[in-house]
Amino acid sequence: MVLVFAESPRGQFKKSAFEAVTYGKKLADALGVSCVALTLGPLHDAGLLGEYGASRVLNNNNTAFEHFDSQVYAKAIADAATQLGAKVVILSHTSTGKALAGRLAVRLKAGLISGANQLPQIESGSLLVEKSVFSGKALAQYKLNGAVNIISLMGNAVKPEMTGSKLEPETIQLTVTPGKIKIKELKTQEGTVPLPEAEIVVSAGRGMKDPANWGIVEELAATLGATTACSRPVADSHWRPHHEHVGQTGIAIRPNLYIAIGISGAIQHLAGVNNSKVIVVINKDPEAPFFKAADYGVVGDLFEVVPKLNEAIKKYKAAN
Amino acid sequence: MKLLVCISQTPDTTAKISFNADSTEFNSAGVQFIMNPYDEWYALVRACELKESLGGQVTVLHIGPAANETTIRKALAIGADDAVRIDADPKSAAFVAFQIAEYARKENFDIIFLGKETIDYNGSEVGAMLAEFLDMPYVSYASKLDVQGNIATLDREIEGGIESLEVELPCVVSAAKGMAEQRIPNMRGIMTARTKPLQELPAAPFEALEQLNRFTLPPAKAGVKLIDPENMDELVRLLHEEAKVL
Ligand SMILES: Cc1cc2nc3c(=O)[nH]c(=O)nc-3n(C[C@H](O)[C@H](O)[C@H](O)COP(=O)(O)OP(=O)(O)OC[C@H]3O[C@@H](n4cnc5c(N)ncnc54)[C@H](O)[C@@H]3O)c2cc1C
Repeated sequence: MVLVFAESPRGQFKKSAFEAVTYGKKLADALGVSCVALTLGPLHDAGLLGEYGASRVLNNNNTAFEHFDSQVYAKAIADAATQLGAKVVILSHTSTGKALAGRLAVRLKAGLISGANQLPQIESGSLLVEKSVFSGKALAQYKLNGAVNIISLMGNAVKPEMTGSKLEPETIQLTVTPGKIKIKELKTQEGTVPLPEAEIVVSAGRGMKDPANWGIVEELAATLGATTACSRPVADSHWRPHHEHVGQTGIAIRPNLYIAIGISGAIQHLAGVNNSKVIVVINKDPEAPFFKAADYGVVGDLFEVVPKLNEAIKKYKAAN
Repeated sequence: MKLLVCISQTPDTTAKISFNADSTEFNSAGVQFIMNPYDEWYALVRACELKESLGGQVTVLHIGPAANETTIRKALAIGADDAVRIDADPKSAAFVAFQIAEYARKENFDIIFLGKETIDYNGSEVGAMLAEFLDMPYVSYASKLDVQGNIATLDREIEGGIESLEVELPCVVSAAKGMAEQRIPNMRGIMTARTKPLQELPAAPFEALEQLNRFTLPPAKAGVKLIDPENMDELVRLLHEEAKVL
């Protein structure tokens, strides 16, 4: 049986949960077993996971699960996996999943690959899982040898697919222990899709010259429904907030479309974005290294090109 | 406070990545190795700052061969008081976490620090495994850390926001950008580092459940298509019709 832990921060599923269930369902089909989804904490609509292919949806709505504490969650998920006899456990490679994966692997004495970028190959019953390593500069394939194995799935690696129908969630009894972490406050950036989940990212670098010039970048992002990002020196000089910093020492992302504006394309920057499906580079220097990693390039002054691109996209959106 | 900082060694950020002939091993010929940036810039520096303001001791722990001692000496030059090297090839995250746990279990550390991930294998696995081996709370991706008595106050990065929380010590913390500022070791630090204690320990047996099959390099890009800066309609058309991302 494949058990998928579907995250529901503050009672809501995010895209990563649907991706994880879709992935779990496909893997379960390939192994000829069933796919069961587990949710923790009070939830509005747990049964929704049935639409993404889960054959059962289990929930435990103890208030201890209202806030995330890896120690408390890992005990509960391991308990569920053991009760159900799960052979594979799927997590999302999110802040929550990363804090859980290692704990679960130890508790369940399981093999673990975190950040898988596609479905495993199955070779005489064993799972061969590929992930990106060396900050996107290479791929590594591992064979999982545990009696139980855990895979955490990179965001945007699979597309959520609705192959089933809504289910009635069942309650599962689980070990609940009090945690040692107390959440005091949660500050969220309202209104925008967080960078790791964004399908389109508009990113800008030192070529912008001054933080006051960011209006054209924000307008382009708004037209595209994109999330904004930046290069490291831009975040280091406090032109933009830290959480926008992408690259080897920032966040690694893999959107469908990454638009780089006034960024030279240093190797450490590329390390965080080179898994993007399509890369567009706007730079006035035809020798900028970023063009070597780009799918489409525009050699020109960003202060002229970006507003023009914005107008062209508006025109396209109005016509479609 | 008794603080432990786990440091790893990774290829330099500009290193060219290549593999041996049967693609099962990283080719380290000509590659410069550095202390993993998150371990150095954030975890180690914050631990040193806490010791400087609250008193105590910072120990650094590294799992690796004797050749990696320059990395350990650098950590001592930045401000750690003593070091432990467990003599083994750090083959897997679980192996590393197990070794750290075996050592830390006997030492009663208040906080065990790691970087949020290594820049080579990018697993972000060791901290969580270690916390589970020791049955301690774990705060990952922490961008801020303060301590008062036996309570630590932390900010933790989550998707689209920051969670502020309190945790009872002892705990395991993985450090991200914001927790501290990079420190360049000064001359005095470098001199004293030479004489600070460095203990060598053997590794405990542990069997990993993951086996590396092969490395591959990602497929090369087809090459950039240049678009006339006066014709952004063409770029939009290509993004829609050819790349299918609009
Ligand atoms: C250990 C280490 C880790 C690092 N980690 C990261 C990381 O995670 N992320 C990261 O981004 N960097 C990282 N860096 C820094 C990296 O090496 C580069 O210095 C950085 O990415 C450069 O940022 P930039 O492209 O914005 O600026 P620059 O390199 O200054 O490039 C600016 C670009 O803008 C173009 N430009 C200027 N004016 C215009 C205009 N009017 N119109 C169009 N184009 C214009 C220029 O041609 C140039 O290509 C790291 C470095 C080190 C040593």
